[in-house]
Amino acid sequence: MIALQKRPTPSRTLSLATPLIAVLITMIMGGLLFTVLGKNPFEAIRTIFWDPVFGEFAFYYRPQLLVKAAPLVLIAIGLSLGFKAGIWNIGAEGQYIIGAICGAGVGLAFYPTESRLIFPLMILAGAVGGWAWAMIPAILKTRFGTNEILVSLMLVYVAEQLLASMSLGLLRNPEGMGFPGSRNFSDFPAGSSWINEAAGLHWGMAFAFIAVIFAYILLNRHILGFNIRLTGDSPHAARFAGVNPTRLILFCLGTSGALAGLAGLFEVTGPSGQINIDFASGYGFTAIIVAFLGRLHPVGILLAALLMALTYVGGDLAQGNLGLPSAAIQVFQGMLLFFLLALDLLTNYRVVLKKKGAA
Amino acid sequence: MDLSAINPVLLIASLMVAATPLLLAAIGELIVERSGVLNLGVEGMMIIGAIAGFAISVETTSPMLGLLAAMGAGAVLSLLFAFLTQFALANQVASGLALTLFGLGLSALMGQSYVGVKPPAMAKLDLPILSDIPVLGPIFFSHDPVLYFGIALTAAVWWFLKKSRAGLILRAVGESHDAAHALGYNVIRVRILAIMFGGACAGLGGAYISLIRVPQWTEGMTAGIGWIALALVVFASWKPWRVLLGAYLFGGINVLQLNLQAAGIAIPVEYLAMSPYLITILVLVIMSADKSGAPASLGRTFHASQ
Amino acid sequence: MKLTKLLTSATVALGLATTAMADDPTKVGFVYVGPVGDGGWTYEHNKGRLAVEEAFGDKVETTFVESVPEGADAVRVITQMALQGADLIFTTSFGYMDPTIEVAKKFPNVKFEHATGYKQADNVSVYSARFYEGRAIQGHIAGHMTKTNKIGYIASFPIPEVIRGINSAYIHAKKVNPDVEFSIIWAYTWFDPAKEADAAKALIEQGADVILQHTDSTAPQAAAQAAGNVVTFGQASDMGEYAPFPRVSSIIDDWAPYYVARTKAVMDGTWESVSTWDGIGAGMVGIGEISDAVPADVKASALEMVAALADGSYHAFTGPLNKQDGTPWLAEGETAADYGDNGLAGLNFYVEGITAEIPN
Repeated sequence: MIALQKRPTPSRTLSLATPLIAVLITMIMGGLLFTVLGKNPFEAIRTIFWDPVFGEFAFYYRPQLLVKAAPLVLIAIGLSLGFKAGIWNIGAEGQYIIGAICGAGVGLAFYPTESRLIFPLMILAGAVGGWAWAMIPAILKTRFGTNEILVSLMLVYVAEQLLASMSLGLLRNPEGMGFPGSRNFSDFPAGSSWINEAAGLHWGMAFAFIAVIFAYILLNRHILGFNIRLTGDSPHAARFAGVNPTRLILFCLGTSGALAGLAGLFEVTGPSGQINIDFASGYGFTAIIVAFLGRLHPVGILLAALLMALTYVGGDLAQGNLGLPSAAIQVFQGMLLFFLLALDLLTNYRVVLKKKGAA
Repeated sequence: MDLSAINPVLLIASLMVAATPLLLAAIGELIVERSGVLNLGVEGMMIIGAIAGFAISVETTSPMLGLLAAMGAGAVLSLLFAFLTQFALANQVASGLALTLFGLGLSALMGQSYVGVKPPAMAKLDLPILSDIPVLGPIFFSHDPVLYFGIALTAAVWWFLKKSRAGLILRAVGESHDAAHALGYNVIRVRILAIMFGGACAGLGGAYISLIRVPQWTEGMTAGIGWIALALVVFASWKPWRVLLGAYLFGGINVLQLNLQAAGIAIPVEYLAMSPYLITILVLVIMSADKSGAPASLGRTFHASQ
Repeated sequence: MKLTKLLTSATVALGLATTAMADDPTKVGFVYVGPVGDGGWTYEHNKGRLAVEEAFGDKVETTFVESVPEGADAVRVITQMALQGADLIFTTSFGYMDPTIEVAKKFPNVKFEHATGYKQADNVSVYSARFYEGRAIQGHIAGHMTKTNKIGYIASFPIPEVIRGINSAYIHAKKVNPDVEFSIIWAYTWFDPAKEADAAKALIEQGADVILQHTDSTAPQAAAQAAGNVVTFGQASDMGEYAPFPRVSSIIDDWAPYYVARTKAVMDGTWESVSTWDGIGAGMVGIGEISDAVPADVKASALEMVAALADGSYHAFTGPLNKQDGTPWLAEGETAADYGDNGLAGLNFYVEGITAEIPN
């Protein structure tokens, strides 16, 4: 009989090897899927995984990978802090939307003034917006013990309705011929998050890297990081050690909200360009998956986000070049996640063969 | 302008239809969560049920077979989630999200040749005398069989949780998997069965949309109903009859706002659409005061270590 | 918005490549906002793409990417097509307007066609359809067919395109039936079958016996069929599976003639940036077969109107017409201008007689 035995410490070798094995298995299974759909599996896999990074037009796609990965990194880093401590914010999508609305709203209030002060103010507004939205589940949890998973999820729907209302109402572009959607930030340099648009670099990437470093130091070198890990591993021990759970909840949810808000702000003022009904494209949810794929480790999250970005960019490429339907790409991404999640087991557990009855 | 144009009898009858897919999916998820598992993949299982039910009933021209196929498809897809979370001990939140992604993609692939096809019609239950009764007739006796099945299922789940031994075990597993394990119950098996039940219900709910309520197949046609079902379980504080009530309330708000618009009353649609979620949060807060709400083991991974 | 050297050199290289190898098939790219299986908006654009393939055989090579979110992803996908050597790119949703313009600046040798927008450039054309002409036909038939004098209208978002449709349908229904009333539901979605079904039911329950829809699913058709005595019209695609009743006619988005003509123009080297707003005449708006459920005299007068709209002898917005608040809009015999104040492009008010309010 096969049984699982918990490893005393997670295996380092396997924690590095399993993602690669998962990607490999996905390639094989995905290849089968693409064959069934009548496409050349080798060409499809190459188009998705190789061409964006090393192909003919890689010079364009490499920065695009960063464009796609930056919001995922920002959000997932914030989420990972809470997840480590057993605090489940799954409403990052809502915080992302509110951050974008607040930041863009502040910026557009100054339109068309050109001043260097506007963008920092917008960054602040975006972070505060996301932070405030995350404070709702945080305060409800610390005050009343309300489940933060569910409250934060509910608030995503509320934020989506607000987004629709803003795009059709308050923030609608007065020169937009009556169409929904705000002014485009590409027409408003003072409020644009691009550092160098042609090279595909924006401030969100800079902040994403800072967030990775910040999280790494926090978790490994700072007492707060220690408290977070302790609370996640053993809430009772943490309480004995004098960790204040209320402050930890406020810190973790607040930080993840602020980072998600920042991600929304950088996205709306750069790559996306405007507040619109369809502005939210699921980064907040994808980031949850990224956080787990990266094993809640800052560097792991960075790599996981780049991998997810690759499947998006490569997937669109495969659609355009090979005529793969977008549904096939979605299935392929789903498989990748399944294998990554399933193989994660091997890092923390040993698979042993046991005689029946020995348990 | 003209509120008298709204016929309350018809309004109630049609909100019952609108509420049914929600009710089915939420009742399934309620059992899953009562066993201590949080499956966020409801939307994915619903849409797989929607296409599987649609395809089978078109091929066999039997809506009944389609509904059965939908339940089967939802249950099979949920097994993936069960495997990940119960055997591979993967995180439930991430696995559920992955399940939704996978289900949406797979359903679109499966459904490519069914766009623009009209499914065989599902006959309404024919209750000639009863359905002619004024007021009560249209409300209670003029629907399709699945709608009644949903209500019966609610009653059955209530009985199961409240009165049956199996239900007691399920609740024990959800409250404290370690204690249940110590008592000799097979936590993993209970949870897998619960997850499959949830999958079957979600699949049926999806097929209700594609076969009865709309009826047609188009990609992404569940349009977020699976997520609302998740909210609904919470709103109902994990109690079956409250799920029924909540489904009518959630479905009702939407039907009501459409009716108000049709009657010419200008209402802020977005703000009304927010209200079910805000009410849910409010309910959550009130509930958390009495500490009896959520299953204590909800979302936690179980591994029987020696 | 500076160009990188890399991008420019790639563009130049591609520009040279396309002119140098004239025997190569003409590459045409399509960017879709929904899945090709949506049965409505994107489905019809994809039919246009297939028509291009059929018309030119192996002289043309088409590619498409579906379900592209508006925003950053759109910029990347359009750029991707340009990089891969597309000669002509159709971007088929309003939200692709700014991305299209942005990418077009970097690829001066590639031709772009943006649907339903208003920003043009040297290598960017815009095209849209005068769906309101089709709405006039629907209004005409609806006015004759209704017995309750109540017509339900499922609208998507309060934007000029949709408001034009409501006005046009109302004007022509009123013309043949002065007692007609419109009930309008804003669904705030282009596509949500369940919600559309509920909206249709709500309208029917409140006594509407004709349903017009500006959302893309067949859910309202099915609801009408279940009700038994309610008339509907197909939207975006023919929805012929519900003919001859409840669906008595339809507005079909027919992009095929335009897509074929524009591809031909690129092949012949005669392509230039234009702003196209075509209606029934040019075949961009198709009127689906009027079924026998419509009385013969109504059908005949409807077909007369189709002909008059097609040859330009009749304009769907011809005065005298007042705005909802009673102020004059068009004088006797005056027809609505496309652009400018009170022009059709930015239309944001109802005509006199409609009792509802436009939400904002």
